[in-house]
Amino acid sequence: MPKEIIDTANHIAAEAVRIAKPGVVAAYPITPQTTIVEKIAQMIETGKMKSEFICVESEHSAMTAAIGASASGVRSYTATSSHGLLLMHEMLTWAGMARLPVVMTNINRAVGPGWNIWCDLNDALAQRDTGWIQIYCAYPQEIFDTTIQAFKLAEDKRISLPVMVNHEGFIMSHTSMPAKIYDEAEVDKYLPKYNPNWKLDPQDPLSHGNLISPEHYTEVRNDMQKSFDAAKDIFVKNAEDWKKQFGSYFGGMIEYYMCDDAQYVMVTLGTIGAEGKVAVDKLRKEGHKVGIARIRMFRPFPTEEIEKLSKKSTLIVIDRAISPGMGGIVHSEVKSCAAPGTKIFGFIAGLGGRDVTYGDIENMIRKAIEGKAKSSEWYDLKEAQ
Amino acid sequence: MAIKDLPKDEYLLKGNAACPGCPASQALRVVLKALGQNTTMVVPACCTAVIQGIYPKSAFNVPLMNIAFEAAAACASGIKAGYKAQGNDDTNVLVWAGDGGSYDIGFQALSGAAERGTDMIFICYNNQMYSNTGVQRSGATPYGASTTTTWTGKLEHNKDLSEIMIAHHIPYVASACVSYPEDLYAKVQKAKSIRGFKFIEILAPCPPGWRFPMESMVEQGRLAVESGMWALYEVENDKMTFTGPSKGILEGLRQRKPVVEYMKAQGRFSHLFKPGNEGKMKIIEQHLDVVWDRYRKQSSCLK
Ligand SMILES: Cc1ncc(C[n+]2csc(CCOP(=O)(O)OP(=O)(O)O)c2C)c(N)n1
Ligand code: SF4
Repeated sequence: MPKEIIDTANHIAAEAVRIAKPGVVAAYPITPQTTIVEKIAQMIETGKMKSEFICVESEHSAMTAAIGASASGVRSYTATSSHGLLLMHEMLTWAGMARLPVVMTNINRAVGPGWNIWCDLNDALAQRDTGWIQIYCAYPQEIFDTTIQAFKLAEDKRISLPVMVNHEGFIMSHTSMPAKIYDEAEVDKYLPKYNPNWKLDPQDPLSHGNLISPEHYTEVRNDMQKSFDAAKDIFVKNAEDWKKQFGSYFGGMIEYYMCDDAQYVMVTLGTIGAEGKVAVDKLRKEGHKVGIARIRMFRPFPTEEIEKLSKKSTLIVIDRAISPGMGGIVHSEVKSCAAPGTKIFGFIAGLGGRDVTYGDIENMIRKAIEGKAKSSEWYDLKEAQ
Repeated sequence: MAIKDLPKDEYLLKGNAACPGCPASQALRVVLKALGQNTTMVVPACCTAVIQGIYPKSAFNVPLMNIAFEAAAACASGIKAGYKAQGNDDTNVLVWAGDGGSYDIGFQALSGAAERGTDMIFICYNNQMYSNTGVQRSGATPYGASTTTTWTGKLEHNKDLSEIMIAHHIPYVASACVSYPEDLYAKVQKAKSIRGFKFIEILAPCPPGWRFPMESMVEQGRLAVESGMWALYEVENDKMTFTGPSKGILEGLRQRKPVVEYMKAQGRFSHLFKPGNEGKMKIIEQHLDVVWDRYRKQSSCLK
């Protein structure tokens, strides 16, 4: 029987990790990820979890140790946030290119200076091109489910890629909400034991990651791209299989809310996509045909689905991140695959933890409906102080 | 043990890409003979990353994980933990890093793994510069040496990583030199028999980097030790013992050879022999006295 609990998203993620039984967890604390590391350390010390825990001296080492552990032939996990993730950048590419199925929870937090511990998505989106599958969650149950599904996806022999599961700092990480913790025995049926493609084995002495010439490098990259392409369907199928076995489901690559007949669709990542449902309900009551496409899987990007959506709806992209000198990051991605002639509006909102309430979301959508939105603008920008 | 009695097994194979007379590959050959087949290696960016050869070939006969420059000890920590999680507590986990990957950019991960007491052997082959990228200075480059970032000679003395590692209070620290393979072999064997974090540093005179003829690599290493510019010792559970010629020097039974004998064959020091640089020579000699003074004090404390 699943156990219903009320706890923070971080603790719910830690529960999922316990049930996934990684051989090694390596981590370094950073707000707002700390409560995951603390909880895992406690579970290991009290024998509730059997993993080896490496309390490393930096995030760079956390990711490297997770890589080493994975290469030794075990399931490995880490968690971080913001500056910790930025420090890992080099090793993120290492995990990706080495095709090691490390799973990481990243708690989205703004980057400094000045020090800002609140949420935005710039930390993770800046890692877009490192060869990690990226998933963004908006509900505690989704975090539990996706964490387990992430191991399955990462370790799938057709994929062999690291997976980053994101949830937002404080909005999710430190907020207590109900979730079901499914039975370990049931999860074991869903998530098979890790069976690596290769491992560092003295009986089979291979060198991994040595010099590679231009003659081979392109093909290695291409192989990675193929696995990213394949990950789309496998991710969707895994989520559907999960739904059959456990009941909970949050969508495939995209969670659609009232999109079937929608004239206007808000496109976003994370909790804005959950909060927005209240705004959509209200606007629907007024007769506006609006909907939400919450992108769950950002890498690989749901290119085909966005293109399809763009053919029937005007898109309003809300970005909780910015690529300085270009604009909203999701906005750019959506524009790159929308059908020619699609109307797309972009808003930048909620940076550094500024609240984006359903009222704000309503305002943004309404602005687009009323024809007052610009192709790209900042929401709630205060006068220079 | 005599050289002829070293195990015949080879884990560093023929056809590797090392320069002729390479000290790193010579030393590694001995190290792997001491460790044997049940060994997994971690190599950060350094000459050894090249010595392996180009994908899809490899000159190594033990499993090897290449990792980023600063990350070797953290990678080895993960491998050790992963093996442990699989019930394997006896594969030797070896980090083989240059001085850059140990003294400088790799130091944080090294210090962290040592402090955690991870059961591994970390070996720094110290060629006193960044060879891989074309002979730039490192924290291990001695005063006066010319490199491509200190053209007219380095202005600072090297730090002493082995001393720093002693301060980590790990069960075993040793200083060796490629020119004394029996001594090196014995030290690696001892490290292998001890649980916990073991650190060994090996002086590796590099012909192209130090600019001397490749056939005199072994001789350069011997001169380094005989002149006192390098010392052979080990610190086991806080007991410091000097070995080889260094033992005689420490105990005053043997004179240090003049440093000029060591320096004169090396192009990296050639500018010091030009008129006007006598003061720099003096600085080197004085520093050497200080170093040996400290060795004496240290070894009498760590008895
Ligand atoms: C983060 C990073 N910075 C710089 C480099 C370039 N780099 C590769 S090897 C190397 C020097 C290696 O020196 P050392 O560790 O002394 O080994 P050696 O080459 O002498 O064998 C440098 C600077 C790198 N690979 N990664
Ligand atoms: S540069 Fe020196 S250390 Fe590097 S391979 Fe050549 S001889 Fe060996």
